Amino acid sequence: MSTKDFVLAVEGLTVSFDGFKAVNDLSFYVDEGEIRVIIGPNGAGKTTVLDLICGKTKATSGSIKFRGKELTKMTEHAIVHSGVGRKFQNPSIYEDLTVFENLEISFPRGRSVAGALFFRRDAEVVQAVEEVAETIFLQDQLHTTAGLLSHGQKQWLEIGMLLIQKPDLLMLDEPVAGMSVAERKRTAELLNCITKGRSVIVIEHDMQFVEDIAHRVTVMHQGKTLSEGSMERVKSDPKVVEVYLGH
Amino acid sequence: MSRQSLKTLFPASDITYWIILGLLLGVVLPLTLDIFRLNLVGKYLTYAFVAVGLVLCWGYGGILSLGQGVFFGLGGYCMAMFLKLESSDPESTKIQSTPGIPDFMDWNQLTELPWFWEPFYSFPFTLIAIIAVPTIFAYIIAVAMFKRRVGGVYFAIITQAIASILTILIIGQQGYTGGVNGITDLRTLMGWDIRSDSAKYILYYVNFFFLMSCLLVAQFVRKSKLGRLLVAMRGREDRVRFSGYDVSSFKIFVFCLGAAFSAVGGAMFTLQVGFMSPSFVGIVPSIEMVIFCAVGGRLSIFGAVYGTLLVNWAKTTFSESFPELWLFAMGALFIGVVMAFPSGLAGVYKKYVEPWLISVAGHARNFLSKPGNAIPSVGPLSKQEGVSP
Repeated sequence: MSTKDFVLAVEGLTVSFDGFKAVNDLSFYVDEGEIRVIIGPNGAGKTTVLDLICGKTKATSGSIKFRGKELTKMTEHAIVHSGVGRKFQNPSIYEDLTVFENLEISFPRGRSVAGALFFRRDAEVVQAVEEVAETIFLQDQLHTTAGLLSHGQKQWLEIGMLLIQKPDLLMLDEPVAGMSVAERKRTAELLNCITKGRSVIVIEHDMQFVEDIAHRVTVMHQGKTLSEGSMERVKSDPKVVEVYLGH
Repeated sequence: MSRQSLKTLFPASDITYWIILGLLLGVVLPLTLDIFRLNLVGKYLTYAFVAVGLVLCWGYGGILSLGQGVFFGLGGYCMAMFLKLESSDPESTKIQSTPGIPDFMDWNQLTELPWFWEPFYSFPFTLIAIIAVPTIFAYIIAVAMFKRRVGGVYFAIITQAIASILTILIIGQQGYTGGVNGITDLRTLMGWDIRSDSAKYILYYVNFFFLMSCLLVAQFVRKSKLGRLLVAMRGREDRVRFSGYDVSSFKIFVFCLGAAFSAVGGAMFTLQVGFMSPSFVGIVPSIEMVIFCAVGGRLSIFGAVYGTLLVNWAKTTFSESFPELWLFAMGALFIGVVMAFPSGLAGVYKKYVEPWLISVAGHARNFLSKPGNAIPSVGPLSKQEGVSP
């Protein structure tokens, strides 16, 4: 099958840190509109995979093709421009700026030095910011300094910052970690709503949450794929039960 | 420029600061100080250019440079080279073994003008060089550092090393640079005597004009999205990068801008003080400039100007009476400010003075609006007339 049919095709991906292979000959493919969840024990290399896709870490060998474009040779900002968005594990927002300003910075316009100097806050920007703020339940906090938000709200804000970029591929690293039960439920709704029309890769430990959202699940162990398929299939795979779900 | 963008550039709350600073520097000080003291203030204000640049670089962008003296010095040396060539005409240097070259070259057995001095016969070239030389140098440093993601303490140490290297180079190349004495005995600018009192007044105002212009540019950058991006980068560089920005290009820009500001300050220093020497290039002056910025408040462009004036005034006063204690006092001041008032004078003003002013203004308004206290107006009187016909 040609790799062109997939949104993301990862093949033979390997990264070695001083001889330790954090990701070892990993291959997986993400379809258009698919929600893929990566699970696995600590140190399995899940976050490293996201780092490799978004360019934060350079691959030792292998290829990552996004809509047929090779990402491994591109700079981080070029990867973002091509349509890949990434949320970090700990809420990574600009604490000194307001919610509005956080979202505005993420709006995909005026990304060069001159563009940023002469950027104008016009109706289009304001409308986009307000729309996203409503989606992430922060429409009443637009002018609050982001540092004052609750942990859950910060997570939503970062998701909002990705949304406003309108990425084709969204990567979320533990989006519900540290959230209350009510916040988790709302986040699941939020994800179901924002994943329409784009592909998503999620790393998560919360099994209930994974069952709620995943189309397919990839189980990683020691930098390799242990098992892949629907949640049902993965759950009944004896290898997965042994290394991950068993305890 | 539209009304809306003017409003974002000068919010109502800032207008007062602009007016107060403009009045203080442009009217009050020139009227109350004699020309010797005013010239001294003019000299201090040339350091304020550096401090304003540091507000953007360090306060906003989180890039601490301990080598801003390099750019101040390069700007100052470019100006000094032009002035020196003008004062070294064959007529006034005829007693030298090679007339027509600067005196220090003659003392160092140079028999002709070095090639890189030649273009400084031209005033337009000099004006361009004052900005271009330091900015290009800053660009090279910034590209080399920021593209490799060198930042924080490492960057600060490297800038300090560069300041040290440049000082050693200038002192070592005595024949080309005037060595440790610097370039001295500067007299005229295109035939205009810069040592006269009237020239000092004019230069003070030229300096004032350039400083206000730099403040305007700084304000524009601060209020633009680039200003918010700098704040964002200071805390979460990765987030900015993964929002699609090339972080290094923004750091390069703001570092070059800071260098250009410093260069203008350096050139104005040479004009007002009449010489340039390596003692304004090295580590000590560079760190002093960071202290001016920290004392003023590293997030406030106005604070930077007041901080510079205050520290320099204290330096002059103290070092006249206790020359050997001054360095310790300054060190203590720096530590004290960083520990107790991390946002400097501007922070103290915002936190204590402004609320107090507002409450005083509020009391005054209440007092005036109480019946009996108010200035008699026509309103109540005509009402009374209406009640009692």
